[in-house]
Amino acid sequence: MQVLSRLFDRRRRFDDISVSIQEHIRERAEELIDEGVARDEAERAARREFGNVTLAQERSREMWQWSTLESILADLKLTFRRLRKSPGFTATILLTLAIGIGANTAVFSVLNSVLLKPLPYPDADRLVALWLNAPGASGLANFSHGLQLSSSMYLTFSERNQTFESMGVWTMGTANVTGLAEPEEVHTALISDGVLETLAVPPVAGRWLSKADQDPHGAKTVMLSYGYWQRRFGGDPSVIGRSIAVDSEARGIVGVMPRGFRVVDQDFDLLVPLAFDRSNQKLAGFGYDGIARLKPGLEIEQANADVSRLIPVWMDSWSNGPGTNPHYYKIWRIAPAFHSLKQQVIGNIGNVLWVVMATVGLVMLIACTNIANLLMVRAESRQHELSIRAALGAGRRRIGRELLTESVSLALMGGVIAPVVGYAGLRLLVAIGPANLPRLSEVSLDARSLGFAFLLSLISGLLFGSIPALKYAFTDATGAISGANRTASAGRARQHSRNVLVIAQVAMALVLLVSALLMIRTFAALRNVAPGFTDAEHLQTMRIWIPELLVADPQVVTRIEQSITEKLAAIPGVTSVGFGGALPMERTDPNWDEIRVEGKNYQGGEPPLRLFNYVSPGYFNTLGTNLVAGRAFTWSDVYGLRPVVMVSENFARESWGSASSAIGKRVRQFKNMPWLEVIGVVEDVRQHGVDERSPAIVYWPAMINDPYSQEPQIQPSRVVTFVIRSKRAGTESFIGEVQRAVWAINSNLPVASVQTMQEIYARSLARTSFTLVMLAIAGTMALALGVIGIYGVISYAVSQRTREIGIRLALGAQKSELKWMFVRSALVLTTVGVAIGVGTAGAVVQLMKSLLFGISPLDPLTFLTVPVVLVAAAGLASYLPARRAAAVNPVEALRAE
Amino acid sequence: MAKNPEQRDLFAGALEIMILQSLRLKPMHGYALVKHIKEVSENLLQVEEGSLYPALQRLLREGLLESETGISAKGRPTRIYRLTEKGVRHLEKEVASFEKMFTGITRVLAYAKA
Repeated sequence: MQVLSRLFDRRRRFDDISVSIQEHIRERAEELIDEGVARDEAERAARREFGNVTLAQERSREMWQWSTLESILADLKLTFRRLRKSPGFTATILLTLAIGIGANTAVFSVLNSVLLKPLPYPDADRLVALWLNAPGASGLANFSHGLQLSSSMYLTFSERNQTFESMGVWTMGTANVTGLAEPEEVHTALISDGVLETLAVPPVAGRWLSKADQDPHGAKTVMLSYGYWQRRFGGDPSVIGRSIAVDSEARGIVGVMPRGFRVVDQDFDLLVPLAFDRSNQKLAGFGYDGIARLKPGLEIEQANADVSRLIPVWMDSWSNGPGTNPHYYKIWRIAPAFHSLKQQVIGNIGNVLWVVMATVGLVMLIACTNIANLLMVRAESRQHELSIRAALGAGRRRIGRELLTESVSLALMGGVIAPVVGYAGLRLLVAIGPANLPRLSEVSLDARSLGFAFLLSLISGLLFGSIPALKYAFTDATGAISGANRTASAGRARQHSRNVLVIAQVAMALVLLVSALLMIRTFAALRNVAPGFTDAEHLQTMRIWIPELLVADPQVVTRIEQSITEKLAAIPGVTSVGFGGALPMERTDPNWDEIRVEGKNYQGGEPPLRLFNYVSPGYFNTLGTNLVAGRAFTWSDVYGLRPVVMVSENFARESWGSASSAIGKRVRQFKNMPWLEVIGVVEDVRQHGVDERSPAIVYWPAMINDPYSQEPQIQPSRVVTFVIRSKRAGTESFIGEVQRAVWAINSNLPVASVQTMQEIYARSLARTSFTLVMLAIAGTMALALGVIGIYGVISYAVSQRTREIGIRLALGAQKSELKWMFVRSALVLTTVGVAIGVGTAGAVVQLMKSLLFGISPLDPLTFLTVPVVLVAAAGLASYLPARRAAAVNPVEALRAE
Repeated sequence: MAKNPEQRDLFAGALEIMILQSLRLKPMHGYALVKHIKEVSENLLQVEEGSLYPALQRLLREGLLESETGISAKGRPTRIYRLTEKGVRHLEKEVASFEKMFTGITRVLAYAKA
């Protein structure tokens, strides 16, 4: 109301002012008439004496206005009117901006959710991941990012530490839930006491697992995830107190965790207590992820120091069984290397995200230069108008501000559309992004992303607006109006700033194209690596687990597995079937341990750790892993528990010089164990991904004598992944038949992780292919924008210099020479841009080093190809307008005067 | 559009204080104000119309003046400006500070001559 009355009041004031001034002038005029001056003359004199009526009125009115704001509003009105008049121009710019800002917003959202936002736990900055370093444990170092904790470490550390408010260990597993519907394999998070206290998220129903639940002889309990609670029980609160059969064991449900709660970065269905039995814990078994919450005010270094002190205590407190040396691990030189939990969750994806962010940022910059160019051309066409206004007294500031108002309002309009594009882009990113992108579920377009979009549009508006604004606010007014502009070619200075923009564009495009090509070359190099298996799209894989409570007898377990193998082999279209502890690139390792080669002395007396895999007859044949020497396992090796192993080719070379000389040689695990004969050597397998060196692998039969138990005991492979070679792999009907084949043998076995080998393989390339796709899109956009930029500049130069061209032609210039003149100027700009770009790219690609494989960051082919492509594109982009120049008719060009 | 190039600009606040002082004698309209100042100063001061009207609006906005519809010397409707209570107080304060300043300037000038 007050605003309205003020507005009304203002209207009255404005009237008052003009009435006063009118009367002032009339009174003076009448006075002059009274003095004897003629009426006409008197009125003129009165006006002259008063001076500029409009100005006086305006100044008086300004007293009642927020003058700057209102003149900006006026500028805005003008801007919109002008933009409406050139819809093509406006649409081009808005579209460029919306896409540019949208893409940046999308990538920023991912970056923000993954890298910047704290983890979704209270006081998340106090959470640490407990990883250890073991530089003395040779073998482990070549794949692992550190050493995890053993259960005995957890017991010692959690009881004796002085720096943690709470700590715990956990690991992911799977469990078969039966009795609810058809048997289902669910994801379990096995947690010790302290994990929930550390993460500090309260349950939505019931209670946390307590210390009492960790008693191995106490009541069996379980907690549900929100998702599982909804899916299986419809969110029924009365579920607390009921029990479910987890791996054939009845467990009472004590609580439900809230929606979105994850154990570090893992989704789960059930939280199951680890329930360590103190009486039979060993030093070894480094298979648990440790997490802890620091006491307030303490740093990670203090925790490191605290736990370093506990490592000798740990070795004193536990052993690996009678006759073993508990201080064996001294040679491993175990030391804490704790880091923030967030760092642990993010892992090495940060690299990729920053590269992608820098990439789309660069594209935005190129888009901005293009828009700046467009705006300059537009401002140029208004040069005459602007000069006149400058001559009439418009200040430089005023003109500059008007040009800036135009660009900033364009940018903000683009910024308004951008989140829509951003949202679509985000969905796309999440869809094509690496499946192992951490915190994927947390990615969203939040207030921070919107703020980013707004800020980016504002900054880009100022950026591309300031170039024409600065340039045209400072032009010489007289030159333009005097008409010099119409008859002569544009001055050097005029073209100059646009040339700089083109050079910058070419340089940026070069950097992007070089990065994109490096990724393409990396991808090609990865594709060329022989992974150790063949024809991945015709390999169907799936996992089963036979828990002890379901089938206790180890022989029966293996019999069931063999029957399943045979049943699967009988499916029409299946050529062979096998199973193993872990397939290549599955990202799980069945086991790591020492293996001693007969007659070999090891430094420090201890052999390095080797990767172990437990495989069935037919496993290598099915995968397509070549047998290099000797023979593969047979079922009689398995059931006979024969002392035989197979090794990978690199292990054979390292130990005996060649694959063939390995056959018949002997190895064993520990000193008091029987020797095992090497019966076969298989080709190296990229077990941990194409970009990781093939580890040396020792292959054991699927069933062996348990090397770790004190009494003689048989150890079958209870968790196995089947691999089935068939042309029908991956089809719905085939998967159905595979499931029915398994259930025909035992209807309590869930079939999990059903996928083709191709999917596993593609996932291991996901990081590279994601970066590749992003860079390729960005590189293509940069190239397109660069070509448009060059085309625009040359074509504008041609239109501005039509008269000059006419004169040249009239004086006898050759058309081909004229064409070449324009093409040459484009090539000069491009060459300068390429030179700058090559220098920049040389530095930038060093940052990409960790993403490359098999090529140098300064790959000569890449650094040759991209400049050639760019120069060729520039030549083409300038040739088209240059041809128009040559087509100028001198008579018409000169008559246009 | 300076009418007389030799005439120097008034210093800050001078125009306002003269307007207030003139209106204290009696409410006036714009043209009357100009004439009044010119006559009283015996042609030494000439108020620029381009500055007068903005100054009047500024004083109105600050509540030192109020305006009302009135009749000009020639009998036509115009706006008459009148000093408010606040204006009177403001004027007195300003006059005191101006006098101090004049005394200061005069003393310095006198000293330099001696």
